[in-house]
Amino acid sequence: MSVFDGLKFRKVYSPIHNLDPRVKFIYVISIFAVAIIFAQIIPLLFLFVLQVPFVLLARVQRQWLRSLRGAAFLAAVIFAVNVGSSFFYAGYKIAPPAVESALALTLRFVVLVESSSVFFLTTSPDHLGLALEESHVPYEFAFAFTTAVRFVPVLAEEAQTIMDAQKARGLELEKGGLMKRIRNYIPVLIPLIVSAIRRSLELAEAMESRAWGATKKRTNLYSLKLHKGDYALLAITIGILIAAVYIRLYVPIPTIVHLL
Amino acid sequence: MIEATDVRFSYASKIEALKGVTLTVKDGEFLAIMGQNGAGKSTFVKHFNGLLKPTSGKVIVDGVETTKTSVASLARNVGFVFQNPDHQLFSETVEEEIAFALKNFGFAADVIEKRVTWALELLSLAQYRKTSPFLLSGGERKRVALASVLAWNPQTLILDEPTIGQDHEQKEKLTQFILQMQAQGKTVVIVTHDVEFVAECNPRVVLMKEGKIVAEGMGKDILTNPQILAESSIVLPQIAQVFSKLSALGFPKNVIDIYEAEKIILNAVGSKQR
Repeated sequence: MSVFDGLKFRKVYSPIHNLDPRVKFIYVISIFAVAIIFAQIIPLLFLFVLQVPFVLLARVQRQWLRSLRGAAFLAAVIFAVNVGSSFFYAGYKIAPPAVESALALTLRFVVLVESSSVFFLTTSPDHLGLALEESHVPYEFAFAFTTAVRFVPVLAEEAQTIMDAQKARGLELEKGGLMKRIRNYIPVLIPLIVSAIRRSLELAEAMESRAWGATKKRTNLYSLKLHKGDYALLAITIGILIAAVYIRLYVPIPTIVHLL
Repeated sequence: MIEATDVRFSYASKIEALKGVTLTVKDGEFLAIMGQNGAGKSTFVKHFNGLLKPTSGKVIVDGVETTKTSVASLARNVGFVFQNPDHQLFSETVEEEIAFALKNFGFAADVIEKRVTWALELLSLAQYRKTSPFLLSGGERKRVALASVLAWNPQTLILDEPTIGQDHEQKEKLTQFILQMQAQGKTVVIVTHDVEFVAECNPRVVLMKEGKIVAEGMGKDILTNPQILAESSIVLPQIAQVFSKLSALGFPKNVIDIYEAEKIILNAVGSKQR
């Protein structure tokens, strides 16, 4: 369950953790957008490196690396598919530019994973819910969202228990060909889904018996306020966006194959 | 036979759940592992079928070290029934649920048929053969989970919290059932909080606390020792409480069995009357 570990929030105090979740969210979305408008390796490499200071400042490097490791398999698939398709398209030969563009697209995926990982690692579910509410998302949706986020680790733990229970009944998950392996997971997925549904019904009853939704207008104990750091991040984000759009429109980006 | 020697185990979170546990479970033995939440009971028994491998120390099951084999091959001899049946039920019918493990172990179709029928009857589930396990009550689901393990007739049976959510009648049946397993020479290990249940069955008791074994002995001796039990936040069985209060009058302290208690009290009453 290493992929989930990379998204699990732990309470730490750091300049990044204290940033306003809305600003952080805008930053992550901007990085997403920039990663998508470029398909060349140099700007994507720059975006990749750009996240590192945030990770170090937030002191979440270990969990962050774990989430990258979790994404490694999918990244490898993306790379293989891109190289493979260009291999067939170009008439059964591997061209260096094709490899470079496959690498760039893989890096784009990695950038998406690493930036969302930083966001989830440094933003508590409570803050996230608060941010949604203050952005005028209806409370029901904000609550559903934070609950979903909060139950990810619970579900991961439960999946582990279910796997143990089925292994104790002689299930071998790693046995057989690809299709067989996928089918091996049915005895794990069904109990997981059933118990998740059962839990959600129980949660709904427990909430209703504690008068959830009794008042139409809710007030919050904490309210979000922008501080100096938030304005700084906002400025950085806008800077990145402007620079990215400018470069995309007016600056020709060399490929590494060209440079060599 | 299960031999655990100085077993230490840490989870990925670096918390050491077992801090050097040594225990031998002999063939045909009936053992209850007790202790408060987080004492490491479940973590420890998960080593018996290789679900967890010790960080240091070793666990040898029937002469094979658990690190040198797979869970599936250990499970053939060590059946493990989990606490929550909902963590394993997934089939469309009770019958298929029970056949699942048998198919995994590669039994022949006619043997599977026979074993399923046998297990269904043993746990009085025959009428639910074609029912979906999800439509059954909590206690029934628990019995299906038990049947699905018993079906392959393992030599050792591990039951994690078997009495939770069971009514009195089911508990009685469980006691009968364990005694029956005993008579067949099977090894039974239960992990439980339920002192009354343990008092009724009188197995060997191992008391765990904070990842260590703090006491072991016969139920009769362990469950009547208030100092040891208090340390593990376990309350004395009711009969033991009564006899502990009566001990000032010359009654023995270590009584947990109803019939023994009855006999002692009748004797005392009788001698007064005479």
